[in-house]
Amino acid sequence: MIDHILSTGLSTMIDVLPIVIILAGFQFVVIRRLPPNPKRMMFGFLYVLIGLTLFLVGLEQALFPLGRTMAHQLTAPEFTGSVEGVVNWRDYSWVYIFGFAIGFATTIAEPSLIAVAIKAQEISGGSLNALMLRLAVAFGVAVGVSLGAYRIVSGTPLPYYIMAGYVVVIIQTIWASKSIIPLAYDSGGVTTSTVTVPVVAALGLGLATAIPGRSPLIDGFGLIAFASVFPIMSVLGYAMVAEAYKNRKNRKNRTSRTEDQKRAFEERKSS
Amino acid sequence: MGKFVRNFLKISINATRDMLPIVLVIGFFQIVVLQKPFPNLADVAVGLVFVIIGLALFIRGLEMGLFPIGEAMASALAKKGSLTALLGFAFCLGFGTTAAEPALIAVADEAASVASLAGIIGADKESLDSYAFGLRFTVALSVGFALVLGVFRILKGWPIQYLIIGGYGLVIIITLFAPAEIIGIAYDSGGVTTSTITVPLVTALGVGLAGSIRGRNPMIDGFGLIAFASLLPIIFVLIYGIIY
Repeated sequence: MIDHILSTGLSTMIDVLPIVIILAGFQFVVIRRLPPNPKRMMFGFLYVLIGLTLFLVGLEQALFPLGRTMAHQLTAPEFTGSVEGVVNWRDYSWVYIFGFAIGFATTIAEPSLIAVAIKAQEISGGSLNALMLRLAVAFGVAVGVSLGAYRIVSGTPLPYYIMAGYVVVIIQTIWASKSIIPLAYDSGGVTTSTVTVPVVAALGLGLATAIPGRSPLIDGFGLIAFASVFPIMSVLGYAMVAEAYKNRKNRKNRTSRTEDQKRAFEERKSS
Repeated sequence: MGKFVRNFLKISINATRDMLPIVLVIGFFQIVVLQKPFPNLADVAVGLVFVIIGLALFIRGLEMGLFPIGEAMASALAKKGSLTALLGFAFCLGFGTTAAEPALIAVADEAASVASLAGIIGADKESLDSYAFGLRFTVALSVGFALVLGVFRILKGWPIQYLIIGGYGLVIIITLFAPAEIIGIAYDSGGVTTSTITVPLVTALGVGLAGSIRGRNPMIDGFGLIAFASLLPIIFVLIYGIIY
């Protein structure tokens, strides 16, 4: 256990080393001035390192092994009950449900998405709710992973799906409000990180291994791509719905106010 | 001290809420769908406590360290007024963080074995290693270049949608010419490059930069750096697959 913590801590530190070198290099060579609160920043950085280490150790101990075996068990022929050599996409309904649920759940737990959502809420002055944004992204990932699993089962080419996804994103972009577009585009890359990638990649590889005629090396890839395109759609969609709702509420308020004024006016006239 | 503890407790409760869905999903599938016993409940419980404390510490450190560092450096570099220093910093940050990214190393190794199975390269260790290294270098270069482009966009105030949609168009066109084996890897490489520490740092960089330049709106101009860092690797890896 302690060995595991130490080795994960060490590898986290090695991963962060280039970042530290670049930050320190530019700080001392180019900027040549200490940032405000350097001590607090150092502690913050230390918290991030320790926190990420504990997070990864805990996931590896508690959830990842189960999630990975689960992906393999759900795709195995003994569970799906499919006849050897025949691929019927209906045999895999639990896989699609698992893909949806695990895509949603891992995205909600994703630290980098939490970070971006906190920042977005702060900058929008609270008009954009961090939790709602994360729910919208998680829904997109859920649909994406589920559809990506169907693609592997059905063996249809990946580019068609991704291109269709891009076309939908382009159409949504035309109507979306300018202030949500950059954030929506960002959310695609943010979601696929420490928690989502290991479990989702295991699902893709498990499916491609279990289904005859699919190559794990070629068909196993692509699930991450689904998980990156669909959140863009769901965040743009969420923003459009939220705006439409706000407009309707505003209009309703305005009409009810004028009706009140009319009534007040008539009452005054009659009296 | 009391404030710190109260703060930490609040974040821990949020962290517990964030981890709840994943526990419920795995529990449900293990017990109800697969009908297998839940193994080593004690181990899982200890692991979960680690996860929750770790996530809470990470969030606290984010607000104390990563966000302020990114924003302070962005505004210091903007004040300095040297375009070379700013773009150099963006490139180094993108290139440096991606080259060492463990998820990318794993993907590059798998990509090399795909390529050797497809007969594009030999099956010996040397050609596998050089293919994987070339791919990693390509992706790291593309992320460095992406941040340079993204920072330049913030400086100029260009609307992001034309650049990103143009990029998608390019992806579609290049896909038509790319070998089938590389397509899945290329599309995935966009997602794996952005790690948990890079994302907050890069977000703070963009937002801090947009905040310190007059006439830029942090919401419209500040976000979007990650989008470039997810798009350019796809284009670069597809081209790598065509050239190799």
